[in-house]
Amino acid sequence: MSTHVPETETETDTEAETEVEHSEPLAPAQEERMRKKAEARADREERARQEAAERATGDDDTVHLKVFRFDPEVEGKQEPRFDDFHVPYEKGMTVLDALIYARDTFDSSLTFRHSCRQAICGSDALFINGRQRLGCKTQLSDLDQPVRVEPLPHAEVEKDLVVDMDHFYDQMEAVEPYFDADELPDGELDEQRQTRENREKVKMSTRCIWCGACMSSCNIAAGNNEYLGPAAINKAYRFAMDEREGTERKQHRLNILEQENGVWRCQTQFSCTEVCPKDIPLTEHIQELKREAVKSNLKFW
Amino acid sequence: MYEHDVIVVGAGGAGLRAAIAAQEEGADVAIVSKLHPVRSHTGAAEGGINAALREGDSWEDHAYDTMKGSDYLGDAPAIETLCTDSPKEVIQLEHWGMAFSREEDGRVSQRPFGGLSFPRTTYAGAETGHQLLHTMYEQLVKRGITVYDEWYVSDLAVTDEERPEDRTCHGVVAYDIQSGELSGFRATEGVILATGGLGQVFDHTTNAVANTGDGVAMAYRAGVPIEDMEFIQFHPTSLPSTGVLISEGVRGEGGILYNDEGERFMFEYGYASNDGELASRDVVARAELSEVNEGRGIDDEYVHLDMRHLGEERIVDRLENILHLAKDFEGVDGLEEPMPVKPGQHYAMGGIETDENGETCVGGLYAAGECACASVHGSNRLGGNALPELIVFGKRAGAHAAGKDLGTAEIETGQRGEYELGEVDTPVQPGEIEPAGGEGDAVADGGVAAETSSGDGHDLVERAVTRERERVQSLMEKDDGVQHAEIRSDVQESMTQYVNVFREEEGLKQALEDIAEARERYQDVFVKDPSRTFNTDLIQTLETRNILDLAEAITLGALARDEFRGAHWRKEHQERKDDEWLKHTMLSWNDGTPELWYKPVILEGEDKKYEPKIRSY
Repeated sequence: MSTHVPETETETDTEAETEVEHSEPLAPAQEERMRKKAEARADREERARQEAAERATGDDDTVHLKVFRFDPEVEGKQEPRFDDFHVPYEKGMTVLDALIYARDTFDSSLTFRHSCRQAICGSDALFINGRQRLGCKTQLSDLDQPVRVEPLPHAEVEKDLVVDMDHFYDQMEAVEPYFDADELPDGELDEQRQTRENREKVKMSTRCIWCGACMSSCNIAAGNNEYLGPAAINKAYRFAMDEREGTERKQHRLNILEQENGVWRCQTQFSCTEVCPKDIPLTEHIQELKREAVKSNLKFW
Repeated sequence: MYEHDVIVVGAGGAGLRAAIAAQEEGADVAIVSKLHPVRSHTGAAEGGINAALREGDSWEDHAYDTMKGSDYLGDAPAIETLCTDSPKEVIQLEHWGMAFSREEDGRVSQRPFGGLSFPRTTYAGAETGHQLLHTMYEQLVKRGITVYDEWYVSDLAVTDEERPEDRTCHGVVAYDIQSGELSGFRATEGVILATGGLGQVFDHTTNAVANTGDGVAMAYRAGVPIEDMEFIQFHPTSLPSTGVLISEGVRGEGGILYNDEGERFMFEYGYASNDGELASRDVVARAELSEVNEGRGIDDEYVHLDMRHLGEERIVDRLENILHLAKDFEGVDGLEEPMPVKPGQHYAMGGIETDENGETCVGGLYAAGECACASVHGSNRLGGNALPELIVFGKRAGAHAAGKDLGTAEIETGQRGEYELGEVDTPVQPGEIEPAGGEGDAVADGGVAAETSSGDGHDLVERAVTRERERVQSLMEKDDGVQHAEIRSDVQESMTQYVNVFREEEGLKQALEDIAEARERYQDVFVKDPSRTFNTDLIQTLETRNILDLAEAITLGALARDEFRGAHWRKEHQERKDDEWLKHTMLSWNDGTPELWYKPVILEGEDKKYEPKIRSY
């Protein structure tokens, strides 16, 4: 072991900066919603503890899933139906874990998108017990049984739990979703400066993982295919509020957002904010952009 | 058939950077990826990007740290390229608007990381990879670069000259997951593989389900040598049920590891009497598994990482993300109970052999990112060195493929420079069940070069499509047989049991036998789902073939290398043997009969030679 003297690593992979990151108080309304989310979570946990206790005394340690099935080209699956799966339960098991088990053990044609298993790739937003959630981030112990798993509403189903995401991507790309500064520093090693406050301002908006849960939950988007929707507007917010871009660019962004199917369509129902798995205050970002738009219009009068 | 100047396979950090660079050189470039770009696993990277940006730091120091961290198995030209290019690539990301964390003066933040002599890890919150991936995808959208997303590239179209060094890659074959259409993609200037990690070779990994090493396996079967495959990094703190990473930051803040008997084993059993929980990743991973093997693990599987004594305020303040991860992915409240952790496969140091311009020995074929091996990381990767590798070598590969002159590479690829043939005693014959030329083996015949090199590139791609269509049909037509999930999980389990943190000769041989048996069963694999629409059963069956080839390559390398270097620990060989082993382990597919050979490591840098020293921190 001569070359492997014990090492002191000072590596702090991820969290050193959370000190800074979470020092900013949340807006009161967002705080209130976060509190409600936490309460709901506490309720579910209490229920889960009770259920777990019940399960421990009984011998039924499986989870009952009812999963939406549809395949446009396979006989017997062309009519949508629900299949029942009974999956052995283990502590910590998520809806995604159960789906993977069901697919690998019972039916290899069970189809759903998934990749990272840790709520960062945004592939597995599903409609679980009547609400948009990430399959990988949803503990089975938090859910009433049978667990009903469906594809995201308000999107075309391609097969089983897979929906067509093209419309979502189109909306995301309609807001010129790329940084485009009025001017850049001359030297290739010269940084643009950004204040900590400004970085904090855009931080939550940059956490979007493009899962589509918000869009699926939005009544307005459901009734109006042209509406940009919460995720795309949040993406625009991310740049409009970034002080590095400059005022001309910001005005251009506000013009895009002010169009007929932009920010003014939002009726502040907060459904998007409720379902966002990354806790992004989407509705507030939209409201803030409405105020910015009004301000900039006044300026031009 | 689709046609572009440059085809990039994969849309993570390296793929996106390559595509942007190729377009900037004037090429018509397209990305083909089995995932939509923002789903790529680059997004899960947490730590940061090493770059010498500040006064008091230098690329030379970064290079020295990286060479030392590699345990002197990195190649100096690759390492020096990484370290000289990284600063301007990081600032390029900043100019593209990446939301880096900031200092009071408004400049990007950097922090200390393991094995670094200067705090040069540039980061964006707890989510550097997410920010990097999305920033680059935004730039892709801005440039209007074509993306064929949810297209699975299943084979390369490479000519079949006898020596791989004489072959040329003309494109790829890909399967449209949404529609079931199989199509050729001709690349007139070059194909760049940027397919990422291979963590799914193991059953417990921090990697995504999509990380099946497709690019490495395809290149290998097309004749491209793969390098140093035995070097796999295992991270000591991953959650047992999912493999989700729990950052080293928990231990950095004072988190303690306990065994089932409540003992602080890092000290109690002398694994690291000075540094305890903050010893390096390989030391801690070995300690944890020793505890489990000696019966002091919890549920015979894991140990506890306890941070409760830090207090709620400090935990919420500095480690909030860990609370979410433990809660969401293990159902454990880190404020109330210790978190279960065990070592998990995290990163592959080896991969497709390339030079510092990303070129392989096959003409027109490039590789960049985790699937490639230049080699920057040697036998151990330093934290914070994966993301700069993506942007530095992604860019170089893209620019070079599009015709930019980057100068002659110093690293020689293929059997062109100095090399020696190797031998390893295996219990079973590795490689194809029926090597090329065998009859009716369309299933296993994943990527042997096309029958003839005559005709132009277009014809070659066409023939590759035909061959691939037969392969898919034969998988779909069978009504009965073995399902991939069974084969895959057996191989994953065997790899985790025998080719894990601890490696013993008998175990490695057992793994080779298990893999050979899995290959036999794969002959009978079938796809049960008859659908052409989104047939993930088919895709995973194709991926499983890649897992088999890579599992075998990793194990062969591990068996051949009878020394202890970096992440590669051998029970029977507890010394780093510089006299014998300052060389890269190379494997060539050799039409189904793998050939082992070695090439010397390059320790001569531009201005100095890196002398191997005892690796201590």
